[in-house]
Amino acid sequence: MCLKYQTQSVAKPYFIASIILFAVQISFGLILGLQYVIGDFLFPELPFNIIRMAHTNTMIFGLLFGFMGAAYYIVPEEAETELLAPWLAWLIFGLFTITVIVTIASYLAIPYSQLVELTKDKLFPTMGREYMEQPTIVKLAISVLNLLFIINIWGTTLKGKKTGINSLIILGLFTSALLFLFSLYNPTNLVLNKFYWWWMAHFWFEAVWLLIISAMLAFVLIRITGINRDIVEKWLYIIATMIFVTGFISIGHHYYWIGAPKYWQWWGSAFSLMQPIPLFLIALFVFTMVRKRQIEHPNKAALLWVTGTAVIAFLGAGLWGLIHTLAPINYFTHGTQIEVAYTHIAIYGAYAMTIFMMISYAMPTLRNRKANNERAQVVEMWSFWLLTLSMVFATIFLTIAGVLQVYMQRYTDVPQPFMVVQERIAFFYWLREFVGVIFLIGFIVYVASFFVKQHRRLD
Amino acid sequence: MVIFMMQSFTKENARNIFYGGTVFFLLLFLNLAFNTSVLLPKQERYENTKIKQQVAFGKVLWDNNNCIGCHSFLGDGAYFAPELGNIYQRYNNNIDGIKRFIRSRPDDGIILRRSMPQFNFTEGKLDALAEFLKYSSQVDTNKWPPTKEG
Repeated sequence: MCLKYQTQSVAKPYFIASIILFAVQISFGLILGLQYVIGDFLFPELPFNIIRMAHTNTMIFGLLFGFMGAAYYIVPEEAETELLAPWLAWLIFGLFTITVIVTIASYLAIPYSQLVELTKDKLFPTMGREYMEQPTIVKLAISVLNLLFIINIWGTTLKGKKTGINSLIILGLFTSALLFLFSLYNPTNLVLNKFYWWWMAHFWFEAVWLLIISAMLAFVLIRITGINRDIVEKWLYIIATMIFVTGFISIGHHYYWIGAPKYWQWWGSAFSLMQPIPLFLIALFVFTMVRKRQIEHPNKAALLWVTGTAVIAFLGAGLWGLIHTLAPINYFTHGTQIEVAYTHIAIYGAYAMTIFMMISYAMPTLRNRKANNERAQVVEMWSFWLLTLSMVFATIFLTIAGVLQVYMQRYTDVPQPFMVVQERIAFFYWLREFVGVIFLIGFIVYVASFFVKQHRRLD
Repeated sequence: MVIFMMQSFTKENARNIFYGGTVFFLLLFLNLAFNTSVLLPKQERYENTKIKQQVAFGKVLWDNNNCIGCHSFLGDGAYFAPELGNIYQRYNNNIDGIKRFIRSRPDDGIILRRSMPQFNFTEGKLDALAEFLKYSSQVDTNKWPPTKEG
């Protein structure tokens, strides 16, 4: 057996669910991209807002499945003990899967205002806010499942060895679950509402989830480079320090124009300027470890994902963030396609790719082999390039669209209305849709790589 | 990079830096956040209690119909439909203009073009929504957006 601990195998359904949700997310993304250029596509049955909800929610659920799978794989191996309660992991998986399917299906099946009524949102209104569209009852269900999940992995570390990787991944997952509770807080005051809305959105994407993926990277790096744990964990702690030092107060870059006090422009800009530092350290860390590797691990595909995610996370989450988070620049770019470009490359580079990396490393062992056969790895590497390059090009096209939008709508002497500008930049939306299809092809190749068998040799 | 290879810089040192740095910057952030959350409610201004109730109801309608799924609102949200934080100014400070637009959306959309759905709001709901949008236009946004086009 290739698994060090039998109970790590509960990670497998989580990874599969994450991949399936990724497929759903891409499909919705392609519909949205088409609606950008063919405005009445699927209207009025499935208007843009419904598909967008499904797109962003499958993104969040897919990442959560990926993180949970990663935790179930990492925590027992690090703690050098079996998982506290594997049956509980399966139970959580079943309930979470049902919750996700019901939620996404209900978005598509009935108009949103009916869903609000049907789920008695009036009693405790929390719905209708970006990323937090789930019915209140679903939010509560997710919170409970989160809690059970944390108990399961925390309990595992308590009966086993303590390691830096485990401490940080659990701190990240615990805080992530805690921050989700902000989705239940919905003050009437518009400014206050936005102020706290960002506590979940910002701290998830720009702080605690970065901590989780750093721990995942450290875990895989120790295994595929053979570098001493003490050195890896030193890096990990310093990266984690910089994530939090820069990540907390940089929330200010969301407070520039929503009615919050003006001092956030200074605090937000100063800390946003430092935000690429942890991502640069991650890139430096990954490349240093890989260069100084002590062993040649047979899983070359995982190695490619590790280095790829380090580069794209730095370029996407780091630099593409920096180009528009300083207050004087954000004044022009806020609420434009620049932000669309950034979120796509940032979330793909920092989160989707690390989950692919984790799956790439873990899945062969879950399927009872140290690494996939060479042919399968080559196919997987093709999917890496197709996915990554098409996302890079989508980002470039959306950035051009964004720059033009800023110019025509905000920067010239004769600003033009939103919809006029949208039609004039439609060409770049078509290009984005085209590379979106390539992204889908890349994903199909990725899935195919799981089924590629080695040629029989004739000897 | 050398620092990570040094024996004298231990994992425990790095861990302490992490916990120390986290606590320090968390407290600094919470201090700023506390200050803001005290200041914000003081900025609320309503002409009368009827308007206040309408704005609150407008916010409920805004959420219940997932308006943020297409529009941006003070720059946050989706980027598919126009910014609404300053829609009141764009309609020349005219609530009726806003109501007329929402009321007149065609049921089946517009061929090949983006269209807002027809929500069939009652007059009371239209008033509430319009008052909510008017209220949002009065938030002190540090002069954002740069032009009235949003």
